Amino acid sequence: MHPVLKLVVQRIALGLLLLLAVSLVIFLGVEALPGDTAQALLGQEATPVALANMRERLGLNEPALTRYFGWLGGVLTGDLGKALTNDADIATSIRMRLGNTLFLAGSAAVIAVPLAIILGLIAARYVGRWPDKLISAVTLTTISLPEFVAAYFVIYLLTHAFPIFQPVAMVFPGMGFWAKLHAVALPVIVLVIVVLAHMMRMTRATILSVMQSAYIETAELKGLSPITVIWRHAFPNAIAPIVAVVMLNMAYLVVGVVVVEVVFSYNALGQYLVDHVTKRDLPVVQAVGLIFATVYIGLNMLADIIGILANPRLRHPK
Amino acid sequence: MRIPFSALVGMALTGMFLFTAIFAHWLAPYPIDAVAGGVWESPSATYWLGTDTIGRDILSRLIYGAQITIFVALAASILSFSLGAFLGFLAAINSGWIDQLLSRGVDLVMAIPSLIVALVLLSVLPLNLTVLILVIGVLDSTRVFRLSRAVAVDIAVMDYVEGARLRGEGGAWVIFREILPNALSPLVAEFGLRFIFAILFISTLSFLGLGIQPPLTDWGGMVKENKDGLIYGKSAALLPAGAIAALAISVNLVADWILTRTSSLKGGRGG
Repeated sequence: MHPVLKLVVQRIALGLLLLLAVSLVIFLGVEALPGDTAQALLGQEATPVALANMRERLGLNEPALTRYFGWLGGVLTGDLGKALTNDADIATSIRMRLGNTLFLAGSAAVIAVPLAIILGLIAARYVGRWPDKLISAVTLTTISLPEFVAAYFVIYLLTHAFPIFQPVAMVFPGMGFWAKLHAVALPVIVLVIVVLAHMMRMTRATILSVMQSAYIETAELKGLSPITVIWRHAFPNAIAPIVAVVMLNMAYLVVGVVVVEVVFSYNALGQYLVDHVTKRDLPVVQAVGLIFATVYIGLNMLADIIGILANPRLRHPK
Repeated sequence: MRIPFSALVGMALTGMFLFTAIFAHWLAPYPIDAVAGGVWESPSATYWLGTDTIGRDILSRLIYGAQITIFVALAASILSFSLGAFLGFLAAINSGWIDQLLSRGVDLVMAIPSLIVALVLLSVLPLNLTVLILVIGVLDSTRVFRLSRAVAVDIAVMDYVEGARLRGEGGAWVIFREILPNALSPLVAEFGLRFIFAILFISTLSFLGLGIQPPLTDWGGMVKENKDGLIYGKSAALLPAGAIAALAISVNLVADWILTRTSSLKGGRGG
């Protein structure tokens, strides 16, 4: 087998193994904690009889491992069970909201990725001078802000100080693409601010480490302009690590989206998750948690695979 | 030794926040839950920063909020630190199955975003201060574990550690007397970053309604209480939001300075 293919297959196998372990943690880890679903539903003052009846009804008396495999089998066939609080089918509820979440995260990614790379290149070009210092100072500030804090500053600025947008992001089926885009403008701006800093700082660091190489020195000594050196010589060599950085930050976006959706009352997966944590609706929390974990693990895996594929030393074995 | 201006500002602000947190009871003009004035009053001589959504003095609540936010974040970061560093050192000096077990366990926890793990756990656990500190501290200890293991692996091969081992010292002596003093400087800067992470984490959880529960309050919870005012142009929610930002940035300035001084090891905020 080609060595690159072998590495990629190994990485995918590792990812799947990790996913299985994560599903085990999400299901059995919760089992190990004090209190169970019956307790959560009935509250702390429930009588032992009521608790026993509820456990019987929910099938909690079966051994944990039996229930785990039942649950896992359901997940694999697309049956996520029913929500405890309103008996709604979880898979249907998720399907409705997943698209909204992906639309929000996708729009943010489309803006943030090119912007972060351009800013990173500028900062690397003027390293130690004012454009670099300015970009670094601003990103160091936004990196220390939690998503919801950044969100409320943006809301205040763009709906009150300069009233351009609506403070609530409402999307509903049948809405046109552009209307939808206008509705999610604010949450997208917030998400861009949140991931931009991480992505830009990593891009800058990657370019700067490539700039230490001998071939860059040669290019400089040839008399090429700094922009040409970065664009023609440093950037192609930095693409693999930068793509990995971008993927890692997409994974970060997946988490940022949870908080931002709550801020803007945006009807999507993150909002759904937080709502049901408050209601202590364990089956929903486990299902949505597993989806977020899967996306996160998948993106991390993709980052590694792109890294493997982009490495010329692995592509051309001796 | 010349301390850069930014680090001085950071230290002064961090000190001010700590002072406010410790002496909250003497500093706050009104009790934490007293409905003192009308709803959404503007800043005045009686209510320096105005009143909130049900007429409580915002300044007093900010001061009490500082106490809870800083207490929970500090307790969680001390827990994550002691746990992470101890297990990290343990893994470094026992490079057999203990190391494998701990490292793979940490890999597993870090494969899921912390916020998601916390949400899954908090859907079962009761919401109180102890649980919150434990959840944040244990989740965050994974990052400390990785750093301290990496640092300690380099130290564990030094001659003086070998010497102590040959002298017949036990594992505890090697960890606390040989490795800890030598690993301390990179870990100190990391402590600042972990503290910031804990502040952001507890604020986010409280903002989502899954952190500090009333009648206690912290800054994240205050943003949640007052966020609806923003739609009517009442900017009360921006004050606790600004406080979180100011505290995080000032600790960051200090940690950044220590980091550049002590080593080139960079820790991230992480997801």
